[in-house]
Amino acid sequence: MMNDVLLEIKNLRTYFKLHEGILKAIDGVSLAIGRNRVLGIVGESGCGKSVTARSILKLVPAPGKIEGEIWFHGGEKPVNLAALPPTGNAIRDIRGREIAMIFQEPMAAFSPVHTIGDQISEAIQTHQSLPKPEARGRTIEMLKQVGIPIPERRVDNYPHQMSGGMLQRAMIAMALSLRPKLLIADEPTTALDVTIQAQILRLMKRLQAELGMSIIFITHDLGVIANMADDVAVMYLGRVVEYGTVRQIFENPQHPYTQALMQSIPKLGSKGRGRLASIEGTVPVPLDPPRRCGFADRCVHFIPGRCDADVPPLIDTEAGHQVRCILYE
Amino acid sequence: MQNGSKALIEVRGLKKYFPIQEGLLRRVVGHVRAVDDVSFDIPAGKTLGLVGESGCGKTTLGRCIVRAMEPTAGEVILRVNDQEFDLTKLSAKELRAVRPHIQMVFQDPYLSLSPRKTVLNIVGEPLYINKVAEGRALEQRVRDLMDLVGLDVKYLNRYPHAFSGGQRQRIGIARAISLNPELIICDEPVSALDVSVQAQILNLLQDLQREFNLTYLFIAHDLSVVEHISDRVAVMYVGKLIEIGDTEELFQKPRHPYTEALLSAIPRPDLSRPMKEVTLEGEVPSPANPPSGCYFHPRCPYAKDICKHEAPPLVDMGNNHFSACHFAKELDLQGVGE
Amino acid sequence: MDATKDSAQKSITGRGTEITAEERYYMASQSQLMWRKFRKHRLALISTVFLIAIYFLAFTYEFWAPYEMQTQHEDYLTAPPMVIRFVDSEGNLRAPFVYGTSNELNMDTFTREYVEDTSQIYPIQFFVRGQEYSFWGLFKSDLHFFGVENSKIFLLGTDGLGRDLLSRVLAGSRISLTIGLVGVFLAFTLGCVLGGISGYFGGATDTVIQRVVEFLISLPTTPLWLALSAAVPPRWSPIQVYFAISIILSIFGWAGLARVVRGKLLELREYDYVISARLAGGTDGYIIFSHLLPGFMSYLIVHLTMAIPGMILAETALSFLGLGIRAPAVSWGTLMQDAQNVRSIAIHPWLLAPGIIVIFVVLFFNFIGDGLRDAADPYKL
Ligand SMILES: Nc1ncnc2c1ncn2[C@@H]1O[C@H](COP(=O)(O)OP(=O)(O)OP(=O)(O)O)[C@@H](O)[C@H]1O
Ligand SMILES: Nc1ncnc2c1ncn2[C@@H]1O[C@H](COP(=O)(O)OP(=O)(O)OP(=O)(O)O)[C@@H](O)[C@H]1O
Ligand SMILES: [Mg+2]
Ligand SMILES: [Mg+2]
Repeated sequence: MMNDVLLEIKNLRTYFKLHEGILKAIDGVSLAIGRNRVLGIVGESGCGKSVTARSILKLVPAPGKIEGEIWFHGGEKPVNLAALPPTGNAIRDIRGREIAMIFQEPMAAFSPVHTIGDQISEAIQTHQSLPKPEARGRTIEMLKQVGIPIPERRVDNYPHQMSGGMLQRAMIAMALSLRPKLLIADEPTTALDVTIQAQILRLMKRLQAELGMSIIFITHDLGVIANMADDVAVMYLGRVVEYGTVRQIFENPQHPYTQALMQSIPKLGSKGRGRLASIEGTVPVPLDPPRRCGFADRCVHFIPGRCDADVPPLIDTEAGHQVRCILYE
Repeated sequence: MQNGSKALIEVRGLKKYFPIQEGLLRRVVGHVRAVDDVSFDIPAGKTLGLVGESGCGKTTLGRCIVRAMEPTAGEVILRVNDQEFDLTKLSAKELRAVRPHIQMVFQDPYLSLSPRKTVLNIVGEPLYINKVAEGRALEQRVRDLMDLVGLDVKYLNRYPHAFSGGQRQRIGIARAISLNPELIICDEPVSALDVSVQAQILNLLQDLQREFNLTYLFIAHDLSVVEHISDRVAVMYVGKLIEIGDTEELFQKPRHPYTEALLSAIPRPDLSRPMKEVTLEGEVPSPANPPSGCYFHPRCPYAKDICKHEAPPLVDMGNNHFSACHFAKELDLQGVGE
Repeated sequence: MDATKDSAQKSITGRGTEITAEERYYMASQSQLMWRKFRKHRLALISTVFLIAIYFLAFTYEFWAPYEMQTQHEDYLTAPPMVIRFVDSEGNLRAPFVYGTSNELNMDTFTREYVEDTSQIYPIQFFVRGQEYSFWGLFKSDLHFFGVENSKIFLLGTDGLGRDLLSRVLAGSRISLTIGLVGVFLAFTLGCVLGGISGYFGGATDTVIQRVVEFLISLPTTPLWLALSAAVPPRWSPIQVYFAISIILSIFGWAGLARVVRGKLLELREYDYVISARLAGGTDGYIIFSHLLPGFMSYLIVHLTMAIPGMILAETALSFLGLGIRAPAVSWGTLMQDAQNVRSIAIHPWLLAPGIIVIFVVLFFNFIGDGLRDAADPYKL
């Protein structure tokens, strides 16, 4: 079993000490990502998806503090990323080479004053001692692989000369240019149109199979998750409330939040224009949150004295399927 | 395109060209055809969904209809109280008198409410401007509106920064219905919201429609949302309307290859329906420099020679379903199924 | 941020008399939020306090200055600053005092050297009667904040003609500090009107105004200032010169402002909430006054705060070169003329005092501008 796991997150807590109190962006997340698998993390805005991704690479901004363990089994020996200094050489070697990340906003990932090609070549050269022409050749090769037409010409484009979809491809090319073992994709298609999104999703699937890497795919779109992920973690208010294979999550959602989420989206092809099952209230901000189930306020199965007594434990309901809800105790 | 009965609003040949200027003297060197000869109508109490990819001109169309922008050409005919107005021809003063009939709900709940005003002032502003109510009466009316859209009236004196995105959208809706409008243009009202909150707002919009017999032009890029809320759907591509038809028919039996591609590109939360292998290649062309003939031909899997040279007109396919494709009659296109 | 979470914690009682801290935050208007945010910027807050104090001193300098600024004290030519002491030569603690000084000409360097005479002790007295002055031409008085009896006190030293530098710096502050305000006010009026016209009407008007603005911005300002100031007739009274200089300064200042106003106006005009007001039937006048003006006020204030030190520096530079304010009027720039050569700075370093004060005032303005800029967008964390 251990051999199949590439990254193991144990009891991760990322807190931001703010003027108003302690913001518990991540409050005890444990996850495992298998080799050559795609883990989808799904949840609504503010539930801590991006902070989880950033915590893995120790890219959490200033007042953020990371606690817990993040074991990376990519090298000869397992490394605890959480224990590495955030600006040291050790983590910098892992970033990019072993674990790469792509972001929602491709514009923000590229510097506007250098060409796409220069930026990708430079990323290659900082990790591998390659002469310049070879790095450029490798860049063109990568751009071609992500489906950019006429890569020999595009390589000399500046970011503003490319469309959003093209840039997102270039960013994927940059992330994959070092053949990382793990790719973290934080909402890589949210800013794109459906037809472009479909192209990018297919591309990522193809590359994942070809290169044999693992992907953590973050999104709020259940449709994207169903098409991309092998395993799914549903997050709410800084915690994983349900974890299982795609099949388990989509065919047998168990947590009331997962169930409600599935029911609240309109389904294509279902002509009945009845009311949608909505979830009452809004997603709270985890500022000094009380020790209770985060979903209790909005839950239709709320049991006074039980749900608000403590944080429910993660309960195994079937092999590989875990739910954080007392209904399954 | 006429269907006998008089629609609440009729858009005829609406165009909006933005000049492209260059040089010191701002010489006009071309035009962005953001909206190019669009016509449709919406009967009272119905919802027309308007979909299309980013930059195809949905927002511009919505703003031209309410004349937040001056259209380049075309007519927008509004029929209320047995009167007919062509909005594009009205003077500023006449327009102000008609304005209460058409309101708008905006996409970004953070930019659409003035940060300097309380809920009372935001929701009450249209009433105040049009001298519908004042003082206590105005406050009472605002309380009623807040109640109607599901906001706690004790938040009356709060500023927008105190509210979440969904609640702000409710405030925006309360403001939009304050003058009892006939038509509401909803420009991506749920795009910025969380899925769970999106459902609340969609339900609210439907409830209000039923209660006040509202007519919606519902702009969105999420096709499942559009299918859910619309009676009819119009599809735009690079400023042009390429297909319009009743929701069910359009989703089950699209008559334009672009609509088919759009539908097949949606990732669905359903394991038995994995995403199709063939999807559109290439990108949406720029409206400043569109391709020749049918704008869709460079990406169209069914394109033939004629598509490169001739722009297809919007033709009736029967059943009040229109499509702008040379081969609309021959092609057997796939819908979403089930 | 979130309203459902706090509804559980809220303690609004039946009558709604009790208001929690959170509720107060939610009911805080934008200006209240801005003030809260500004208060958190320590440096800006401290700078504000200092600047208010400095402006207060400038407006009432006659009272604070121990002497009339033109009075020449023949026995004290280029005297160094005196030190306020609390302990005398025998080691006794006493009320603040200064020693008397005597001077002699050093025949080697031909400079006057001042020596403290520790046997003469002059306690500093407050609210003393001294030289008579006319306060803003309103009434005459001879009350001064401090002074010494039977001797002189020069806390910042004197200049080559024996004039008290402290009194002159205080007197100069009135012109130097206000010329920035007047200049910015003129630039602001011009900039707002022209920028507003440009942004609101657009079209050809806009193009013409923008070209003029671009032209003005691309001109090298210093030589033009020099040329314009040199053209001010020498016979003009100090007041006339004062206004002439502030107009010269604002001629170039307005162009930048007009740009800011126009840009902001164009941006705001497309804001959803402004469009929404138009859809509600608001007239142009209504929209301008209730949405556009308040919308960019905060940005304008930031911009203005940043523009004032530029004007102060410009005036100082012009006067330093002898082209701005002319004697008998004094400003910080004219005072610094005395520090124009290296030799005099080396021997009489206190003549640099006006320069140091200019630096501080400019810094204070910049800190405040910084704080205001942060506060202008109170919703950003
Ligand atoms: N730099 C920061 N300082 C303070 N709080 C932060 C910071 N970054 C994130 N947070 C908070 O942490 C929580 C989780 O944020 P995160 O960005 O992970 O959400 P997300 O799930 O990625 O949401 P989205 O879908 O909007 O991207 C939020 O409440 C957010 O306000
Ligand atoms: N003021 C303007 N000046 C010039 N071009 C404009 C202007 N406003 C919009 N456009 C152009 O018109 C086209 C249509 O824009 P519009 O905002 O209507 O698209 P949209 O369909 O609403 O897109 P989205 O889904 O991104 O909101 C775009 O190509 C845009 O660049
Ligand atoms: Mg995120
Ligand atoms: Mg739009």
